[in-house]
Amino acid sequence: MSTVTTPETAPAPAAAPTRPSAPRSTSSRFTEAAANYIDERTSISGVVKEFGRKIFPDHWSFMLGEVALYSFVVILLTGTFLTFFFQASMAEVVYNGSYVPLKGVEMSTAMSSTLNISFDVRGGLLIRQIHHWAALTFIAAIGIHMLRIYFTGAFRKPRELNWVIGFILFILALAEGFTGYSLPDDLLSGNGLRIIDGLIKGLPVVGTWISFLLFGGEFPGTDIVGRLYSLHILLLPAILAVMLALHLVFVVVHKHTQWSGPGQTKDNVVGSPILPMFAAKAGGFFFIVFGVIALMGTFFTINPIWNYGPYDPSPVSAGTQPDWYIGFADGALRLMPPGLEFELWNRTWSFNIIIPVLILTGFIVVVLVYPFIEAWITGDKREHHLLDRPRNAPTRTAIGVAGVLFYAALWGAASSDIIATHFQLSIEGVIHVNQALLILGPIIGYLVTKRVCLALQKKDREIALHGFESGRIVRLPGGEYIEVHQPVDEYERWKLIDYNDYQPLMIRPNARGQITAVQRFRAGLSRWFFEDRIAPVSPKELESGSGHH
Amino acid sequence: MAHDDLSGKDITAVSSAGVSHETAAPGTAVVPTETFENPGFPAHRPRVTDTDPKAEKKAERQVYTFFYLSIVGSIFAIASYMAFPIEDGDTGALRLHTMMLGLGIVLALFGLGLGAVHWSKSLMANQEGIDQRHAVRGSDETRARAVEIFKEANEESGFGRRTLVRNTLLGALVAFPLPAVVLFRGWGPQDENPVELLEHTMWEKGARLTLDPSGLPIKASDVTLGSAFHVIPEGLNESEHRLEEKAKASVLLMRLDPAKLKESPERAGWSYDGIVAYSKICTHVGCPVALYEQQTHHLLCPCHQSTFDVTEECKVIFGPAKRALPQLPIAVDGEGYLIAQSDFHEPVGPSFWERSSS
Amino acid sequence: MARKSSTANRRHPLATVALIAIGLLFTGGGYALFSSTATAETSTASQTTIDEGKKLFAANCASCHGLDLQGTGEGPSLLGVGAASVDFQVGTGRMPMAMQGPQAMEKAPQFTAEDTEALAAYVASLSPGPAVPDESLLDGEGDATNGAELFRINCAMCHNVAGAGGALTEGKFAPALTGVAAVHIYEAMVTGPQNMPVFNDKNLSPEDKRDVITYLKYLEKNPSPGGYELGSLGPVAEGLFVWIFGLGAIVALTVWLTAKSN
Repeated sequence: MSTVTTPETAPAPAAAPTRPSAPRSTSSRFTEAAANYIDERTSISGVVKEFGRKIFPDHWSFMLGEVALYSFVVILLTGTFLTFFFQASMAEVVYNGSYVPLKGVEMSTAMSSTLNISFDVRGGLLIRQIHHWAALTFIAAIGIHMLRIYFTGAFRKPRELNWVIGFILFILALAEGFTGYSLPDDLLSGNGLRIIDGLIKGLPVVGTWISFLLFGGEFPGTDIVGRLYSLHILLLPAILAVMLALHLVFVVVHKHTQWSGPGQTKDNVVGSPILPMFAAKAGGFFFIVFGVIALMGTFFTINPIWNYGPYDPSPVSAGTQPDWYIGFADGALRLMPPGLEFELWNRTWSFNIIIPVLILTGFIVVVLVYPFIEAWITGDKREHHLLDRPRNAPTRTAIGVAGVLFYAALWGAASSDIIATHFQLSIEGVIHVNQALLILGPIIGYLVTKRVCLALQKKDREIALHGFESGRIVRLPGGEYIEVHQPVDEYERWKLIDYNDYQPLMIRPNARGQITAVQRFRAGLSRWFFEDRIAPVSPKELESGSGHH
Repeated sequence: MAHDDLSGKDITAVSSAGVSHETAAPGTAVVPTETFENPGFPAHRPRVTDTDPKAEKKAERQVYTFFYLSIVGSIFAIASYMAFPIEDGDTGALRLHTMMLGLGIVLALFGLGLGAVHWSKSLMANQEGIDQRHAVRGSDETRARAVEIFKEANEESGFGRRTLVRNTLLGALVAFPLPAVVLFRGWGPQDENPVELLEHTMWEKGARLTLDPSGLPIKASDVTLGSAFHVIPEGLNESEHRLEEKAKASVLLMRLDPAKLKESPERAGWSYDGIVAYSKICTHVGCPVALYEQQTHHLLCPCHQSTFDVTEECKVIFGPAKRALPQLPIAVDGEGYLIAQSDFHEPVGPSFWERSSS
Repeated sequence: MARKSSTANRRHPLATVALIAIGLLFTGGGYALFSSTATAETSTASQTTIDEGKKLFAANCASCHGLDLQGTGEGPSLLGVGAASVDFQVGTGRMPMAMQGPQAMEKAPQFTAEDTEALAAYVASLSPGPAVPDESLLDGEGDATNGAELFRINCAMCHNVAGAGGALTEGKFAPALTGVAAVHIYEAMVTGPQNMPVFNDKNLSPEDKRDVITYLKYLEKNPSPGGYELGSLGPVAEGLFVWIFGLGAIVALTVWLTAKSN
């Protein structure tokens, strides 16, 4: 039984240099009056008392969600500016703006207004590029934030629902990204929509009609940009904002997770208080994230629609790809082997479309419900606020790596043509290798990761028991050479030994004396998860083990 | 100051194995009876800025320098906005404008951000604060009260008792969004059927093959060996639904050595002296397939790499597409211009559910 | 020089030879602009040039293309390919090939401008074919808008809208067009080297070709208004950049942000 002591060692008053209190100035009197005015009307003092000193733990990986949040703020700011100039209409106009090679070309109003933003509005191109870079950053940040949550087990009780909300946010972000990508109505986005149209048409029973209704008639029609615009600036952001608020409310309710460490237990949160430290850091970090995004928008061209020209169903550009976050879906289409389409009962079954759609849906659903699956396998109903080091949950980590590799194979396939030209390979070869990687990658990744995790755990045990290798070799009186091991101090050791340890589930008959199939299945999964577990070092082991050297 | 909201409270002794939530099942977790003790916090290490007033002053200077830089950046951005205007049609000027304006904004942002973070890291008091966690679930009393409230509400309303009222309410709630389903029909034109539309294109008997985008007719003699012409039907540019028709009627015209064409008997008359016309719209998901290799006679789709062999009636030789590209039967009119014999004999473009070859 | 430069002149037999020389000199480094006596020289030198070309051909090309240009198992027949084709293939270093592969690769030219000119004159002398284009079609002063539209319809699917190149089947690829001399772009359109389709004058008129070149030169001359282009490869390059630079920088900053300061 361990006892957490208050950090007596931290001499709080000594560390903060006391400053002589200034005589009450006009400004302090004004602050007081203003605070009083507001509090009497809002009861804000209660909020400040409750949250002003809330603790937020410090670790770089805890900032990734904030990166997503801040890029979203940047997207809102720049996006609002863009709405003042963008016209979501597909009515044909003759472009008469500043960009010479498109002068006099017939195009949609959407395309022409996007060109005007780029070439005729001062700062318009900068804002457009910041908006687009921020969107790419937003989804990438959500991605690594999710990976952090997954690999540290931060989705466990009580946070499963927040994982689901976060995942919905991810899907909404993808939808935002895709609708935004399609708005300029240039050749690239038009061909993107063409692919979506083809994809929808390939769905059984409803496909043809869904496409017809979505595009307001035949592809491309004159409605789709306006409709996507409504989704992009109204419906999706509204849902996104609500979900985001809910996500953050839950972070407050649950309090942030933290790493296990000396003094850090599952019943406390150790870190810096919101006021002033965390507010300054997080506030400053907003400007840093904004700065990095603005830097990209300043110096690097993104989506040069003036090169692509207006959408026309006849031309297409080499290297027609979606933005990176849709790449996995595009890759899934590319990786389908030939011949997967049949006619049966006078209907067309496009399995070259149905299969990738099912695979992607399956993948998404598995990620979405993973917390519940793992909870069912472990049967663990306790609250978890201490993070797992990835090595200490070998099976979970291995599954995660397998999932990442599966995604990576799909993602890589979406750039098969670019890979082929840049590494002078044949495009067929690249696709075949990717097909193999899609299946073998996750399997190999799983096995290797699990072994690596177990090896790391063994090493941790070694170190906890015998200390780390000092590199000093001594000769014992008996003539034997040994390397002197430097024992670890109790703080270091604590980090190595404080983790959850699970056994495989034992199959037991239920009240009626039966062993159900479900029970067997669960036990099987549990065995798969935990059979080659490595238990943390116990004090006894340390006592008996330390005599060895 | 380290743990405000608990001051006065003792931090309770807790086990690392989860004894404090003994109500929750640990599942298959091994709950060790004997564990190490959490050693508690290591000694606090003061920063240089805590001990050395000079370092503190220096950090302070750095922080306000960052903030000054930020102000400079903002002013620079405003100045650049005016000093580097966009000149009509000059992309170089636009590039400079974008970069200078952006540079100012970037400087302003980084100055603010780095300054604030540096301030917090080096100057703000940095002892660890501690918050105590509480179980997320409400206390037993709260939960009991919540249950009671629902019970009272149920009794007062009779929700459970008046079953017909309840059930009709639920029914009404289910029924009320249904009209929306009907309303969605209005997304597409009421008097059109997508399946019929997909089965026809602008091509018809006698329609001339014309150049994309100019609309100039093409003579058979213009199409030399190894050529690829991007073709639209005559009159497309004047059509009311130009893009919709183009999305179905785009055609690629190629001339091969007639000896290389392997034509099936039923398509014997569809080509003209080695000139063949195929739909440009991929049978996979509809990208324009126009990457024609004149030596290998492969047609590649740049979107998903479906590859078609022109010598074999454009059947698929690689990639996710299944069906061959539809062929447009062509002939030559009296003046030597290429014309269509008819529309395509099957729907062009991506597969759809109602499509059938019979 | 290009003073007598109207397309009609290209029908004149001597003018053809003269234009070959002009084109070749232009390729050699734009020196043609200064060689005001080129016309006179080439017309007198033509027969010697052809003889010179014959020797070079026999020594360097005949093993694959046959002594009479009839082709062998190793290389195609060159009958009717014209001077434009020779100038393109040899002038861009694609011929002679370093090794058999999916397609002939661009490399440093193996022949001097004069030798290339001689080879082209020899090949053209045996059977007529497209000539090296008139310089007036290569000046980049055409209609960039028309050029851009034609480029998107006829070229972008292989070469990418920004001319950055793209993949073809079985290891072949459409090369990037930036930095390619105008004359070579023109010759490629006329002759359809390797797997590129031919764009004859009925498909893209000489004026159209001039416009396409004008557009490509416009792209070369005018940097992207948005800043560095990241290879103009589209969303793949942008995605890689945001992950490596954007997220890389941000994650590095989070580490600094949360590191204990000393």
